Amino acid sequence: MGKKIDQAQVRKVAKLARLELSEAEVEEFTGQLSAILDYVEKMNELDTEGVEPLAHCLAISNVLREDGVAESLGTEAALANAPQRDGEFFKVPKILDGGSGA
Amino acid sequence: MEELSAKDLRERIAAGRITSVEATGAVFGRIDEREPVIGAYLSTYRETALARAAEVDRRIAAGEQVGQLAGVPVAIKDNMCSMFGATTCASRILENFHSPYNATVVKKLLAADAVIVGKTNMDEFAMGSSTENSGLKQTVNPWDTSRVPGGSSGGSAAAVAGRLCYAALGSDTGGSIRQPASFCGVVGLKPTYGRVSRYGLVAYGSSLDQIGPITQTVTDAALMMNVIAGHDPADSTSVDEAVAPVCDYLARLDEPVENLRIGIVPQLNSGADESVQRALNAAIDVYKAAGADIVEVDMPHSDYAIGAYYIIATAEASSNLARYDGVHYGHRSDKAEDYVEVYSKSRAEAFGKEVKRRIMLGTYALSSGYYDAYYLKALKVRNLIRRDFTEAFEKCDCIMMPVAPTTAFKLGEKVDDPLTMYLSDVYTIAANLAGIPGISIPCGFDENNLPIGLQILAPAFAEDKLLRIAKMFEAETDLHRKKPTIV
Repeated sequence: MGKKIDQAQVRKVAKLARLELSEAEVEEFTGQLSAILDYVEKMNELDTEGVEPLAHCLAISNVLREDGVAESLGTEAALANAPQRDGEFFKVPKILDGGSGA
Repeated sequence: MEELSAKDLRERIAAGRITSVEATGAVFGRIDEREPVIGAYLSTYRETALARAAEVDRRIAAGEQVGQLAGVPVAIKDNMCSMFGATTCASRILENFHSPYNATVVKKLLAADAVIVGKTNMDEFAMGSSTENSGLKQTVNPWDTSRVPGGSSGGSAAAVAGRLCYAALGSDTGGSIRQPASFCGVVGLKPTYGRVSRYGLVAYGSSLDQIGPITQTVTDAALMMNVIAGHDPADSTSVDEAVAPVCDYLARLDEPVENLRIGIVPQLNSGADESVQRALNAAIDVYKAAGADIVEVDMPHSDYAIGAYYIIATAEASSNLARYDGVHYGHRSDKAEDYVEVYSKSRAEAFGKEVKRRIMLGTYALSSGYYDAYYLKALKVRNLIRRDFTEAFEKCDCIMMPVAPTTAFKLGEKVDDPLTMYLSDVYTIAANLAGIPGISIPCGFDENNLPIGLQILAPAFAEDKLLRIAKMFEAETDLHRKKPTIV
């Protein structure tokens, strides 16, 4: 049985997920994800023609509330867990120029 | 005092026969003694718990009205945000995260005057079935310390089984309350999706996650539901009480359900170990003796539940866990050279292997070219599974089946084989896909004296009836009074 997913795909998905993987992890995940996908493809035995996808079990849509003033998190509380901050801002490396691009 | 249920303890405290300080002090005495072996807690709050207990005692002595859990020592899983202590999800990425707000369930416990003893260990971000995926600690099963407590709410189940609290909260995305409850010989209830607010529950699979109680008795589960159930404007998926009213789950608990029709799915049950099947059949016989009718029902799509679940849950997880970016909170790598590396290195350094694996699987299932084949297909299969239940519940009031195919397995036994670990969720996952409630109650022991759980599933928002059905069994047995040797 051919692998469902190869190392190049694993690397691509890791990039999409912003997850740096070691070479050992790429190898390990390629095998494991292939096995899991093989199992998952059992779903293809089912004819789902005409079946509506069910993303959510509740018949809820567009839950709204009155447009009133409510309490919200203050600046200090919101920043309290920041790994790095600069005054009232979250601090991150420069995102224009010099970045490696997305 | 250790023998008391949460409800009995609350009654004695409210009547002034025991103080909450005595009860809480005794819990910490047991924690000192047993916790080094069991490892149920990621954090405990001795001083604040005792201070709170003293305050409850003072109010009772002054004749003030107190809440439904007044003075009762309880624990919460560490994926529920609390303004006290850290909220880690057993992940190194949140090891030092201090929530600026309380989850709605935490607020409700505090409003009911519960004494929160500590926050319990779990599989990292609730991803796992053994608690071995905790990035911070190992928890063992109080019945056999060489075995897993189950997961992902393994810490909560082990804490209740080890009498390190009187009741606990867990969360259940694919069986994470019911399976550890089964492995640890306690009661675990996953309510209907939308019955309990998820506000402040750190998200894993948002369309599947639900908070529920883990307790020593069915009565205590009903008591906990009285405290935590209900609509919350802060959670748009919590259900309007005009649509599905919340009731007093204790009010009719002791009334047996008349003309009870129990659905069973013979071809599903045959996949479980012999000892599990034997205990299930013996439990069903107890109901038969009480006058219940047994109806065979068909779940034609149950073979596909695990596949659908592991696509849907991981797809939702990959999206939910995108928030751990090393910017706003949580771990940030000090090796990042640019902003992309802030994300990719922070996540690489602090997420454990199972979390990475699920993010990868979910990202793949949602990625261009694979979305229809995996994610959309899984959502359609989910609809078929829900339909199976709807059709089955036309013929019966509840469905009984095992919670897990085996009893608690050995530490390390499945940890290197994710697919085998996933397959152990075969009986619990469908309830999450269909959004229906399910309970695990102790129903026997295997040849190694390990507990076996009976799973009872009911239609959406039928927790009241589900608890009454569970109580019918509990009233006939003394299994819930059996204690692990460590206790």
